[in-house]
Formats: sequence, structure tokens, C-alpha cells
Amino acid sequence: MTDELEQRHAAIDWEYASAPESRAIVQFRDRYGLVIGGEEVEPASGQWFTTASPATEEPLAEVAQGGPEDVARAVSAARSAFEGWSALRPAERSKYLFRIARILQERSRELAVAESLDGGKPIKESRDVDLPLAAAHFFYHAGWADKLEYAFPNRTPRPLGVAAQIIPWNFPLLMLAWKVAPALACGNTVVLKPAETTPLTALMFADVCRQAELPAGVVNIVTGDGETGQALVQHPDIDKLAFTGSTEVGKAIQRELAGRGVPHTLELGGKAANIVFDDAALDQAVEGIVNGIYFNQGHVCCAGSRLLVQESIAETVVGKLKRRLSTLRVGDPLDKNTDVGAINSKAQLDRIRELVASGEEEGAELYQAPCDLPEQGYWFPPTVFTNVAQSYRIAQEEIFGPVLSVMTFRTPAEALEKANNTAYGLSAGVWTEKGSRILWMAERLRAGVVWANTFNRFDPASPFGGYKESGFGREGGRHGLEAYLRFDG
Amino acid sequence: MDYASAMTQTPTIPRDAEPFSPRLGRVGAVDAVALEARAADLAKRSIKRESKLQALELIVRMTDLTTLEGADTPGKVAALCAKAMRPDPVDLSVPAVAAVCVYPTLIEPAKARLGSSGVRIASVATGFPSGQYPLPLRVADARAAAELGADEIDMVIDRGAFLSGRYGEVYDQIVQVRDAIGGAHLKVILETGELGTYDNVRRASLLAMAAGADFIKTSTGKISPAATLPVALCMLEAIRDVHLETGRMVGMKPAGGIRTSKQAIQHLCVVNETVGPGWLTPDLFRFGASSLLNDVLMQIRTQKTGVYESPDHFTID
Repeated sequence: MTDELEQRHAAIDWEYASAPESRAIVQFRDRYGLVIGGEEVEPASGQWFTTASPATEEPLAEVAQGGPEDVARAVSAARSAFEGWSALRPAERSKYLFRIARILQERSRELAVAESLDGGKPIKESRDVDLPLAAAHFFYHAGWADKLEYAFPNRTPRPLGVAAQIIPWNFPLLMLAWKVAPALACGNTVVLKPAETTPLTALMFADVCRQAELPAGVVNIVTGDGETGQALVQHPDIDKLAFTGSTEVGKAIQRELAGRGVPHTLELGGKAANIVFDDAALDQAVEGIVNGIYFNQGHVCCAGSRLLVQESIAETVVGKLKRRLSTLRVGDPLDKNTDVGAINSKAQLDRIRELVASGEEEGAELYQAPCDLPEQGYWFPPTVFTNVAQSYRIAQEEIFGPVLSVMTFRTPAEALEKANNTAYGLSAGVWTEKGSRILWMAERLRAGVVWANTFNRFDPASPFGGYKESGFGREGGRHGLEAYLRFDG
Repeated sequence: MDYASAMTQTPTIPRDAEPFSPRLGRVGAVDAVALEARAADLAKRSIKRESKLQALELIVRMTDLTTLEGADTPGKVAALCAKAMRPDPVDLSVPAVAAVCVYPTLIEPAKARLGSSGVRIASVATGFPSGQYPLPLRVADARAAAELGADEIDMVIDRGAFLSGRYGEVYDQIVQVRDAIGGAHLKVILETGELGTYDNVRRASLLAMAAGADFIKTSTGKISPAATLPVALCMLEAIRDVHLETGRMVGMKPAGGIRTSKQAIQHLCVVNETVGPGWLTPDLFRFGASSLLNDVLMQIRTQKTGVYESPDHFTID
């Protein structure tokens, strides 16, 4: 062949050029106060803390450190607003929720970029998952606001009052939507405390409420750390508490609320089993495994962090999985081609490292895809542990990072037993071509959500919540509405 | 090799290899929802700047510039060949395409025109597009095309046999065509738009590879849907499985329905992330297309000059 001809047949060395989403669409202010009674106020303590991008450690803004006094003001503002809001014609409440949903859609690019900057998640996830789902939750609950009698026939639903809501850092705006939308639809007012490391989209949501002309005091936002949350839980005038976060804090909240008659829902940790049978569509199962554990860097309470794979196909599946891992693109969260972003905080990175070290020490075999991690910021490569025994810490404890523990089973009964053999019970995945086996497993798995031939799929109409130490109460669907209502008669 | 032993070896044993041991072949299942979700995910890759220009030039090199009409004439084919050898007369750095793809009667005029340019001649054969002719005629058709000088034979599988479960027949027919065409490259068209399920696409892919296909190809271009991204992903996964088990690298050709650079780049992303960069060459990946080329030329010009030019600046052949 001539040189020219040879060139025409040559393979290319193809690297995707960086394709960053523009951050010009977001202008963070230097400082954000608390949002109480429709106004932005300074914290009584006069203290502020910095929120930074975990990908670069670049400071983004200063945020108020709310204390007990601020919490008291916020609860009192919510109490004042409750009378008017709960007396509003339900169809009017609907209108506000529809308006919020539409504004979220209109401002979705701005909010998605903010979410990725403040939390470290890839833009393709904040753009394609967090924002559309957040808007969908408002749309869905807007529809219920004037139809609550139909959701609960022959019962008379009434709002509870002031709902205190504490949300985590893994899906900041989406968790806000899961909490705020049903609360408002049912006629409650809200005091929301966003997570310490990801407060910005909640503060931007306050602006969405302003745009929607939501009456003052219906949604109040108090930023701060764990102490702020504690002050909110301890406040005597709250009528409902909704918390999403760690099991440890969930238990503390439950102790705090014992005997106070405050209804509460807790959505806590998980250690979900993703169960792959030998007849499954393997390439798609591998996609489901990847999505199950590396989605949002594994910062997902329902993450499929335990892979239970039938022994006869274990080698094939693990081989395919390792191969697939090498195509995951880890890096700049704002790059549209990034699959795995930054670990949310230094503290979380330390926890992941500690548990991964324990796995190695206990004798599991570690595999990490070769990838160049940025030097600045908090990063952890997608990780798979094989040869994991049920007794290892990495098989029992929630890692909340991109770390998968692989175990094998021989029969459906053994798969079931291992899947249920955990303190948690939030979700599970079943991969098989056999419909009857899906039903058999789903009936017996003690998990709030069982996905069949898919993973991490969410819908506002589908109730979400846990068994055992994964918490109680449901969010989404009619079950989710019930948690924000009392019933006369 | 008879049907029973062929299927027990699918997908692992290349034709003519000694069987290691009889065993149950695992064709494997395909989950449609998850497959389409993965394809949609890969379609979102954002290819910019230098990586885009690289991709566009590769797409030109990978193109089988095609005309498959009853109205095709030597004149039409001559024009197509001119375009194939020098796609953009204004920008001579744009490489020639991989091949022209024509009906057997037009192989000779194409050959006369292409000469020693290195652009290959692909001919459809075996009773293209339906394949609903007696087997001896189909085999003779392929043999004739090879003898007329086609470098590559694009055959169709017998979908009637496949859909009625006579997989062994389909396998044997491919083997017969393979034997009839001598050293020509064999592309096996599955006509995925008629197969109905991704499970069938996977089964047909493995069957064709086991029977000795150099390339597997989605469609004739006469049936819609033709080359969709999920179908390409499904076939590439089968190609990868064969490669991992046997080391054999089988090529892939989506054909029909790919009209824009954007679609073609999406296919390249699927290739890159499914079978790997080793397939990013015309030796292992082709686009069967007619109108795609002008869109790619236009995009190349845009990448180089920063402005879009009117379609009238690109020849219609």
C-alpha cells in the first residue's frame, strides 16, 4: 500500500475535546442570608461560612450560619403564614406549585450549573436527572393540591401545620422538591434546612418562590450545620419533621422527638443488593450495575452498592464490568462528557478512604479503573471489590461513594437471603429474563423499592422509602401525601 | 459444519476452526429498555473542536458511498465514483471514501472509473434486497459479482428462514456465499428492521459471525427502521463478545437512515465506548450512506473556516 492509502485506512487516536457547560449563566452573590418571612435576613449570630466547589476547592459564596434564634424566627414566620396558606382555595395552591415547576424548568440550566458547581456532580446528571425530576415533583403535587379528598376517599385530609425539613447534600434541589412540593400541596408551610456543603440551590430556590409570588413565610430557608438542624428538630412549635440523611443522625432525631407527638418521616441509609441471575441480559445488567453504584459518585442512599451475581456467570460479569469501568470519564463536573464527578466533601472522601482501606485489610481484592484524577479537589476513582465476604465492613456498612462490593450466590433462595441480610432495606435490583422470578424476588425482598432490569429510576408518582434502618414513611405518590396530612374523623 | 454443531459453538468458534469441545452456546438476552437507554446516553456525548474534525474526516474515510436504484446507469455511477475519489474539489485535504456500493451490473463501469484510486467496489448480491430467490441463484449472484471485480460483497440473509426458526439454513447459506466469492470481503446484511427484536438482532449477528462474516451490516436501506443507534449498539456488543472470546475482529456497517454528521458522530461514540478505539478505522467500520457525505463535507468546511456555506457549494451527484 502507498503511504496515502495507508493513511486512509489508519485508525484514529480519538480523545474527546473538553466540552464544558458555560458557568456564565450563574452569578453567585458574595453572601447569602437566611430567607425568613419572604425576606433575606442576617443570622443572629453574625456568623457566616463558606461553601466551596468540591471539584476545585474554589470558594463560591458565604452563607449564613443559622442558630436557635434564627430557627425560632423562621418557625414563627412559617406559623404566621400557615393560616393564610392553609385557608387558600386548593386550586390556588395548585397554581403556585405549577408556577414553581415552570420556573424551575425555565431556569433549569442555571440551577443545573449551580448544582454541579456546589455539589460536584456531573452536569449531565444535574441537567438530565436532578432538574427534570425536581420540576416533575412540583408538577405532580400541583395536580394533587385540589384533589386530596380523592386521594383519601371517605377521610377528611387537613394540613399538619409547620413542616420542618432537613435535606442532604447528594441531591440538594431534588430532595428539596421531594419535601417542599408535597408539604405545600397539602397546605403546610415549611422551614427547610439545606445541607451545609450544598446550600446554594436552596437559596436560589427562594428566588424561584419570589418569582412565583409565593406568599411570604410559606417557604423559609435556614442554612447552617448540624447544630442548626438540631435547633430545628428541638423547636417546640414544629408540627412535622421530615429528614433525609444518615441513619446515625436519623436515630438521634428519633430520640429527640420521642414523646413529643411530632409526626416524622426518615429516609436514611442503604446497602442495596443488585442481584444478577445467569439468564439476565448481561450487557444491560452491567449498565445497571454501573448506573447503580457510580451514578452521582455513589452518593445515593439507594445505590446498588452490593452486587450479588450468580456464581456461574460471575467471571463474565466482573470481566465486562471492569472493561466498562475503563470507559467511565472521571473529572470536571461541568464537562458535558463527564460520567463521574467529584466527591462532595473532604469529610466524605476521608470516610470512603477509610472504608476502602478496611476492605483491603480484610482481604477483598481491589480493582480501580485507570484514570487521571485532578490534583485539586476531592476525587475517588470508580472502585470494585471482589472476593468480598458477607462479614466484611464493605459488605455491611454504607460507604456512600463509588465503591462496589461483589459477592456471589448459587440459588435464588441464597440470593434472597444475602440480599436481606443487612440492617438496611431501601432498595434492591433484580436482573433476569424470567418474569416469575422477578415477582418471586420482589415479594420477598425487604426493600422499599425493587427495580427489575433497571436501577435508580425515579418518578414522583412512585412512593420511595425504607425498611428497617433505612427509615420509615414514604415520599412520592399518594403515600407521600399522607405524611403531610392529618385526618378528621 | 452442520446446524447443530454450528449453533453449539456460537458465538465463540470462528468458521473452519477445530471445535474445542461441544458445549451449550450462550447467545444471551438483550433488554430493549436498557439497551435503548444506554444508546441514548451515548448519543449525548458532546464532540467539539479538534475531536470533531478528526471524527468528520474519519467518517469520510469510512463511507461506502451508495446508489442502489433501479434507475442507476453507468453515467450516474461514474459521477458517484468521481465524488468518491475526490469528495470536496475545493479542499483536496479531504480524503477519498472507502468504497462505492452498487448493484452487480454497475461494477464494471465503477471499476473503469475508480481505477487504481484505492476506492473499493462493494456490490450488493444474493437477491438483494429481499433475498427471496432460490439459493443457487443467490449464490450465483454473489459469485458473479465477485468475478466482475467487486472487492466486497454485501449479501442479505434469508429473513424468511431466520424468522421461521431455520437458523441452520441461514448459517449454511452464508457459508455457501462465503465459499463462492473467493477472497472478496463479505458483509452480511441482517435487515434488522425486519427482525423485530434486539434478541433476534443479537442472534443473527452471532450467527453471521460464526458463519464467517467479515462485516455485519444493519440494513439494505430499503426497509425502515434501518440503522438506529440501539441496533448498532446491540450488534457491536455481539462483535465485542466474539472478539473477547476469540480475538477475532469483525467489522460493522450501519446503513440506511444516517443522514447527518451528528448521527454519524453518535455512532462513532458508540463504537469507541463499546468495542474500543481499535474499531475506529475503515477496515472495521463503515457507513452505508448517500446523502450523509455532503453534510459531513459541509461540517468539515465549517470547522475549518468557522462559517456555514450554502448546500449549493457541495455537489449533488
